[in-house]
Amino acid sequence: MSMSVERAADGAAVDEARVPGRWSGVLYELLRTRRVLFGLGILLALSAAAWIGPLLSPWDFTEADILARREPPSADHWFGTDSIGRDIFTQTMVGLQKSIIIGLCAAVLTTAVAAVVGAFAGYFLGATDKVLMWITDLMLVLPNFLVLAILYPALRGQGYIVFVILLAALAWMVTAKMVRGMTISLKEREYVLAARYMGVPDHKIIFRHILPNMSSLLIVDATINVSAAIIAETSLSYFGFGVQKPDVSLGSLIADGSTQSLAFPWTFWFCTGLLVLLVMAVNLIGDGLRDALDPQAKRRS
Amino acid sequence: MTGTTTETDPAVDEPRGSGDAPVLEVRDLHVTFPGSGRNPDVTAVRGVSYSVRRGEVLGIVGESGSGKSVSSLAAMGLLPDHARVSGSIRLHGEELLGLGDRAMSAKRGAAIAMVFQDPLSGLTPVYTVGDQIAEAVRVHNPRIGRADAHRRAVELLELVGIPNAAQRAKAFPHEFSGGMRQRVMIAIAIANDPDVIICDEPTTALDVTIQAQILEVLKTARRETGAAIVMITHDLGVVAGFVDRVQVMYAGRLVEVGGVDDVYYRTRMPYTMGLLGSVPRLDEEEKAPLIPIAGNPPSLADLPPGCPFAPRCPLAVEACDAGEPPLVPVGGEGHTAACVRAGEIEEHGWTARDVYPVPEIPEPAAAAVPRADRATVLRVDGLVKHHPLMKGAVFKRRVGTVYAVDGITFDVREGETLGLVGESGCGKSTTLMEILSLDRPQQGTVEVLGKESGRSTAKERFAIRRDVQVVFQDPMSSLDPRMPVFEIIAEPLRTHGHPKERLRSRVHELLSLVGLDAAHASRYPQEFSGGQRQRIGIARALALEPRLLVLDEPVSALDVSIQAGVINLLDELKARLGLSYLFVAHDLSVVRHIADRVAVMYLGKIVEIGDVESIYRHPTHPYTQALLSAIPVPDPEKERTRSHIVLKGDLPNPAAPPSGCSFRTRCQKFAALDDTRRALCLEREPELTPAGGRSADQAAACHYAEERELL
Amino acid sequence: MGKFLVRRLLSYLVLIFLASSFAYILAATTLSPRTNFEQLQPRPSQEAIERELDHLNLNDNTPLAERYATWAAGVATGDFGQTITDRSVNEEIARKAGVTLRLIVVGTVVGCTVGVAIGAYAAVRQYRAFDKVTTAIAFVVLAVPTVVIAVSMREAARWFNDLTGRQYFQYGGEYTAGLDAGFWGMLFDRLQHGILPTLTLALALFAAFSRYQRNMMLDVLGSDFVRTAMAKGLTRRAALLKHALRTALIPTITYFTFTFGILLAGTTFTEKIYGWHGMGAWVVDSIVQNDVNAVAAVTCFMAVCVMAASFLSDILYAWLDPRVRVS
Repeated sequence: MSMSVERAADGAAVDEARVPGRWSGVLYELLRTRRVLFGLGILLALSAAAWIGPLLSPWDFTEADILARREPPSADHWFGTDSIGRDIFTQTMVGLQKSIIIGLCAAVLTTAVAAVVGAFAGYFLGATDKVLMWITDLMLVLPNFLVLAILYPALRGQGYIVFVILLAALAWMVTAKMVRGMTISLKEREYVLAARYMGVPDHKIIFRHILPNMSSLLIVDATINVSAAIIAETSLSYFGFGVQKPDVSLGSLIADGSTQSLAFPWTFWFCTGLLVLLVMAVNLIGDGLRDALDPQAKRRS
Repeated sequence: MTGTTTETDPAVDEPRGSGDAPVLEVRDLHVTFPGSGRNPDVTAVRGVSYSVRRGEVLGIVGESGSGKSVSSLAAMGLLPDHARVSGSIRLHGEELLGLGDRAMSAKRGAAIAMVFQDPLSGLTPVYTVGDQIAEAVRVHNPRIGRADAHRRAVELLELVGIPNAAQRAKAFPHEFSGGMRQRVMIAIAIANDPDVIICDEPTTALDVTIQAQILEVLKTARRETGAAIVMITHDLGVVAGFVDRVQVMYAGRLVEVGGVDDVYYRTRMPYTMGLLGSVPRLDEEEKAPLIPIAGNPPSLADLPPGCPFAPRCPLAVEACDAGEPPLVPVGGEGHTAACVRAGEIEEHGWTARDVYPVPEIPEPAAAAVPRADRATVLRVDGLVKHHPLMKGAVFKRRVGTVYAVDGITFDVREGETLGLVGESGCGKSTTLMEILSLDRPQQGTVEVLGKESGRSTAKERFAIRRDVQVVFQDPMSSLDPRMPVFEIIAEPLRTHGHPKERLRSRVHELLSLVGLDAAHASRYPQEFSGGQRQRIGIARALALEPRLLVLDEPVSALDVSIQAGVINLLDELKARLGLSYLFVAHDLSVVRHIADRVAVMYLGKIVEIGDVESIYRHPTHPYTQALLSAIPVPDPEKERTRSHIVLKGDLPNPAAPPSGCSFRTRCQKFAALDDTRRALCLEREPELTPAGGRSADQAAACHYAEERELL
Repeated sequence: MGKFLVRRLLSYLVLIFLASSFAYILAATTLSPRTNFEQLQPRPSQEAIERELDHLNLNDNTPLAERYATWAAGVATGDFGQTITDRSVNEEIARKAGVTLRLIVVGTVVGCTVGVAIGAYAAVRQYRAFDKVTTAIAFVVLAVPTVVIAVSMREAARWFNDLTGRQYFQYGGEYTAGLDAGFWGMLFDRLQHGILPTLTLALALFAAFSRYQRNMMLDVLGSDFVRTAMAKGLTRRAALLKHALRTALIPTITYFTFTFGILLAGTTFTEKIYGWHGMGAWVVDSIVQNDVNAVAAVTCFMAVCVMAASFLSDILYAWLDPRVRVS
């Protein structure tokens, strides 16, 4: 529909004097995008369940009900129990907490690192760019799954904040390259030149003019990184390299349940279903945000 | 490599308005784009009717948003599916509206063809131009062989004037210049001998000398195919010399229709008058202020009843709001205008100057002091900027050097405007950026306010930035969309430590200086129209009370009626604040209007420099002469009788400039010389030498400089 | 051009070597091969342990710099050392790399082709049923981690086999060991084993590529050159296929480079879950077994793959887009 949009805009001169402010427009657009609302709804519901659920459940997530091993869902154990009688509902909710926290923190950190590295490389170019991009390339070449798998167990004593930092440290590169590309084009914008020619220092230009003007890219990318981080955590924990016992995460639960999913489906499908629901909610928000923030993408939805 | 001089023939072949049936007939066309979400529907075209006969050229003139392109896309069946179209479009009497895609595609390119505005994005980047033309041939003649189609493509390329056509057919679009690509588009359009060719702003994206070439090609195309041409443009000059009949569109409707002379000389609709009055004229000697049309075009989403132009019209009376006036005959044959006061206008013989308020612009104080006695604000001496030419995105490597700026010298005195003109790629913008960077140039010197660039400390440099400010071309991209206007204008003040408590009052003062309301300060740039945004840009530039303002094509992105207001504002500010301007532009008419002195650039060098009067009245460099002659004047009579110098070819590759005089490859003078005299041009680079004679302030870089009257 | 290629290959080599070195040092400092021997039953004598560790260049009593130097010297001559079970790493690579490459190549070709085709068609049919259904499928698949896809498919196959009482799908290993059923029988056996892992990889790629190609396609749908093509007299469909799709393929090539890292991680899960003995599974095994030399070798292999993919997409890019070709 792009031609039509341009033409229609051309045809209408879209009374530019009375277009509402950018953010109120975006907000309206967001509220109008059903996907974002839907995604946000699911995410809020999952978060509420993850934090309130364990309080409602009479069981602790490490506590084993020895009399009820591999019990299907019942009034006592809402999601059933696992092979040593632990309550799967409580475990799943605790795992969900972890996934949500790790996903959100890692995404924010990843995007921040990517934004700074990309913007500095793209703005200054020359030697700064060479060095930063060389580091980026090197990091891209390193198999990050392997690095995480080696490093995290060694640092497990520090809690999962270390895990978040590691995830972020190994995931910023692609976004940084995108930010760099955008910076190079934004840098040629006349308002950036205007700021330079009025004597505004470079770092101020980056934070005042360049990064705010790619906020839509950054916001959208952050949501993508949320789901990427959740998936990465799950995969690592599945192989036992992530969250360590007695702590649980969705990944470790899936690993426990996967081998017996036919005989005891509740051990596998609850945690898997919730994980997919969580990632899908985040993806829905990201996709809707992209449409609301990026005028070019609007027609894609 | 010759330049040709052609007399524009008033009637190329066919007699005008010959009696046969119209080829294309549009009746009461309406086009509506349904709004999505909360946006209201936009009715871009509201009841347009016209017809063209074989060999006739019809001009459709209007500013952006007047619906002129949409109506022609409707005729091609190229509007998006969701557009609602009603009315009737008949091609040879056959109704086109309602035809399916397959039936329509049999007409498109065969009976009705179109040339689009932007040749840069109009060709598929991954196929050779030969293949793309051959495709147009084959799609309507499926039985023609691949080789034959290719042969025909080469023929067509020759026809539209591409040298070395057989070889160039194998090139990809990105290897062609804008003008060449537009030729290819024309070749595609005429491939199947269409009966109507719709040209949608075919020359808007091109330089004037290339525009003149393309207009020549279109004339050839008309001669070869006998097709009717519908010429859509915003440029009243292009229309004046090219078309038989004109229709002026405003807010999706025709507001004045008639023979070209009637519309230009016996204008009956105030909007048309305003358009004609706001164009800076190359052919007008005295500097009268331009006549801007107040306000902005209305939104087509929610039109109030009555004449859509009434809110901007100086002649508006109560009757204008009653209902939309229909087109009524006024005087000449087929001349109609949609204005309730058309009769009065005719009776009194009013022109734009009688109808519109003519702004008063004070005379600058500095003008009283002779130039030699005024302080030098900017001195550029032998400035050189070469940059490496890189090739390939994946396998990047250096393949040469672009001689972007190759030793230029000029100065700007206090209270003076120097216009720097030239076609795209001549190095004028690079020159600006070099001056503004305040870095030491590769060669030569730049002295801003007496301080040599690159020899000052960071602190001194920062201080100079106060006195030199810049206004950019694109009002969309020169303001940070994430900042409210107040912050935008306050940014230079904050950067240079303006007292905080006086920030607000200063910003408001600046807004009123450029004619904006202080209440606008909290809004974002997107909420303003192009002209208003350019005013915000000017306010920001003036915030620190600079002495030199550098303007990079400040009005070229604006519609003429808006442009006039901004030019007047610049004129006024210069007089009131005693500013000096370095004004870069490609539009020589604008420069004539605003500048005191002018420097013409070609391939990184200044070829002619001097005071505006001398250069425009009796240019001595062949390039200046060609440039001036290529600019169409919005005066049909003058356009028809004027001689045009049409330069051959494109700008040479700036990485491999010709030996000796760099203009010789396109020079009409060089072409006329004998070999012995040519030797000088081939071997020695001409230097700027004073013309002597009539004007003290005129110098040209040509071995055979000679005065020539063009207007 | 030649000089340019040499420069690029050199910089690739440096990156690959640095990545491998980094992995070696990381593994050498964090993994503890000594415990492998200390936990043997019966426990070997201290001297035997030291001797074995020294032999494998894994002794943590040797300074790291010295161990690294030994390793690097070996690598320089093309020798990646011994695994912790005293087998040649080079031989292991030779055996395992083929397994992984087969999986990657088939999975990529299937996934990308189907994804691109479906994405492009969905763009043309925007808002129609086909578009909505494929978009929804892609959306769900994107939300499912490869691990879960692999496990679910394995369980589904198990269920299907149980239901039908025949082994239609195989999910343990790359082929049935010791099977002798002639060429066609062997091929069928490989297909039985290969279909699920390949599908796992292809599914994730399909989802990503169909989404991306759809967006790229929609971006060019409204472009001027498509309009020119229609103005020539091409029908909408012909203009889209010939002009829009061909141009919209170009950015997808770049996208391939970006997704390749994720694809490699995907092979790890797939191989591990389906019991294939490829490089991906070796990543996990080598870490679990404290096999420092193997970790470095796997890293090197992955780095080579990433570089090869990026080089390949550069070449493809230049081939598809005349604007970047060197003339």
